[in-house]
Amino acid sequence: MTAEVEETIKRIQSQKGVQGIIIVNAEGIPIKSTLDNSSTVQYAGNVHQLLMKARGMVRDIDPQNDLTFLRVRSKKNEIMIAPGKEMYAFLFRIQKPKQM
Amino acid sequence: MTSLIEGIWHILFYVCMSKMEIVYVYTKKRSEFGRQCNFSDRPAELHVDILPDISLAANFTVRDPCNVTVQCAEEMSEHEVNTERFESESRGINHVEGGWPKDLNPEDMEVTIRYRKKVEKDEHYQNTIMQIAGLMEHCCKQNNATDIYQEFFEEEDDEVVEESEEQPSAKTINVFRDPNEVKRTATSLCWHPDGNHKLAVAYSSLEFQRAPNDMSFDSYIWDIENPNKPEMTLKPVSPLVCLEYNPKDSHILVGGSYNGQIAYWDTRKGSQPAEMSTIEHSHRDPVYKVIWLQSKTGTDIFSASTDGQVLWWDIRKMSEPFERLVLDPSKKGNLDNALGAVSLEFETTMPTKFMVGTEQGLVVSCNRKAKTPAEKIVCTYSGHHGPIYALQRNPFFPKNFLTVADWTARIWSEDIKESSIMWTKYHMAHLLDGCWSPVRPSVFFTVKMDGTLDVWDILFKQNDPTLSLKVCDEALCSIRVQDNGRFLGCGSQLGTTTLLEVSAGLCTLQKNEKAMVSEMFERETKREKILEARHREMRLKERSRSEQSREDEGKEADGEESTEELVARAEREFFDIMEAEKKKEWNEERQREKEKGVCEEKDFQEEHETNGVSSFTRREISL
Repeated sequence: MTAEVEETIKRIQSQKGVQGIIIVNAEGIPIKSTLDNSSTVQYAGNVHQLLMKARGMVRDIDPQNDLTFLRVRSKKNEIMIAPGKEMYAFLFRIQKPKQM
Repeated sequence: MTSLIEGIWHILFYVCMSKMEIVYVYTKKRSEFGRQCNFSDRPAELHVDILPDISLAANFTVRDPCNVTVQCAEEMSEHEVNTERFESESRGINHVEGGWPKDLNPEDMEVTIRYRKKVEKDEHYQNTIMQIAGLMEHCCKQNNATDIYQEFFEEEDDEVVEESEEQPSAKTINVFRDPNEVKRTATSLCWHPDGNHKLAVAYSSLEFQRAPNDMSFDSYIWDIENPNKPEMTLKPVSPLVCLEYNPKDSHILVGGSYNGQIAYWDTRKGSQPAEMSTIEHSHRDPVYKVIWLQSKTGTDIFSASTDGQVLWWDIRKMSEPFERLVLDPSKKGNLDNALGAVSLEFETTMPTKFMVGTEQGLVVSCNRKAKTPAEKIVCTYSGHHGPIYALQRNPFFPKNFLTVADWTARIWSEDIKESSIMWTKYHMAHLLDGCWSPVRPSVFFTVKMDGTLDVWDILFKQNDPTLSLKVCDEALCSIRVQDNGRFLGCGSQLGTTTLLEVSAGLCTLQKNEKAMVSEMFERETKREKILEARHREMRLKERSRSEQSREDEGKEADGEESTEELVARAEREFFDIMEAEKKKEWNEERQREKEKGVCEEKDFQEEHETNGVSSFTRREISL
């Protein structure tokens, strides 16, 4: 099972434009990361709050609904966040928008 | 008896009127209370009759009639409430380390790795990851498939923009007020060379000896996003009249102060000047302009002041200027004769030349590389009536420069020294500052004493400004355009700096603009050249004529006599011409009559001989 997980992660990493991947668990501990520790921790801390807010908003508007994916596009890059089940394991990777 | 007494309840009526107590006693037996009322009718009984007592009127006075309004509504009053300004600062928090469980020491590498490995082995974790990974891959592929930010219709966009002619407009974005109680004039502005997010403003009071005692000497650097508080304060020894950022090193600023000294700051080192020039070698009057020069070290500046000197400094050695020029038009270096300098101009593309605008209204063009001071001053341009507050070369056509002085703004060409090639009309208020737009060669901005900002587009309209905006009620003393041509800052007499944004039409280069502007300048230059040549001719003629008249009449060279002589000559000439004309006509008449006579004889003969047509024609010709 772990081998499959590794393989999947590697596959995503090899996609065009991907700069890095971080997997964080519910407590905010980065389990796997391709970036250095300080950036990882910075991303993890900031994203968690955003995720909570986004999820809250979606469920507020329609309680049956739930957040599946969150993309944050900025001038320099794009952060894609996938929230997991109660574990809140979110994978996010920083991809460069094409035209930059 | 006692029961009766007990049974009687007294009910007393009390009526008090003024000081009289009127009491009416009404008695009823207790046993009769609650009993049904038997009403009987009887006529009215007068119980009390209080007649008006006239004598009491002496105690009262008639009240002045006054209007009293009564409204049957809730009484309300207006109040204003303003909370005290709450100053807030933005700060960030740095999250350093994740939420490790209590027993784990995050510093310990082994333990953390072990923990991580443990989590990875968890089945729930693996399932979740597989799910998420699928989703993630899908989005990645989406991203790679199409670029949703691609610019479509890019080429067409340009054409569309040109067709829609928007009205030129400008709007105020921000206003930066002098935080001090005593307001000073914002005499000079300078944009930060990189990024243009900061504006350095120099504050001073230029009114001679009228600066109040508690006036602060500080000048500020503002961040354009935050108009509430300046980003940095510069504390000079004397108020700064002008301020410039070093175009090569954006941390260094140099300022010219009111007492003639030059100081430079390094913004990394604090608010105090890093170094100041010595008083003995500085200017004797306020330094009106300082400009950075292009040099290998990037530390050279030159400054101008109304004491008639232009000094060159190296900021590393501020004890003495390394060069000095006295603006003496007679080229003798005489300080008493010198013209006071109010503005300087230097273009990095022409490093050997520079120009000085003087208080007397002359623009002096100088050459840096001249050997003797006498040669330094190359030529002067005259035409203005007052001090030249602004002097700038057109960034696209350096041969033409703009001067702003008295009530007009003029555009000059370097070759024509007698007059400007283009000028605005005389306005109602003094023009105090101006500058070209760095992106459009035909646009320039001027500010006036009545607080209006004028935007001129010489391709569009030459007689009036294209856009005239009233920025504030007090005089606007300085203006500076940012390098992108879109934003401009203007400083007023009360220290208020206004940041304006101009509409896109005024800061995007139109097609053919450069060609058209250069044509216009050439045309005007040519016209002026022709006029200049004509003037020169006329002057020469006058000179030669006056010399001639001197020769003719010997020593008598009265103005009156020569005019009389001229008049007499003119008359003579006139009559001569008349005579000549008359003679000519008379001769012609005689000629015609002669011919007529000859023709008539001929006709007579021919009529008899040939057909009438030919003779008819011949007669016609003679007539």
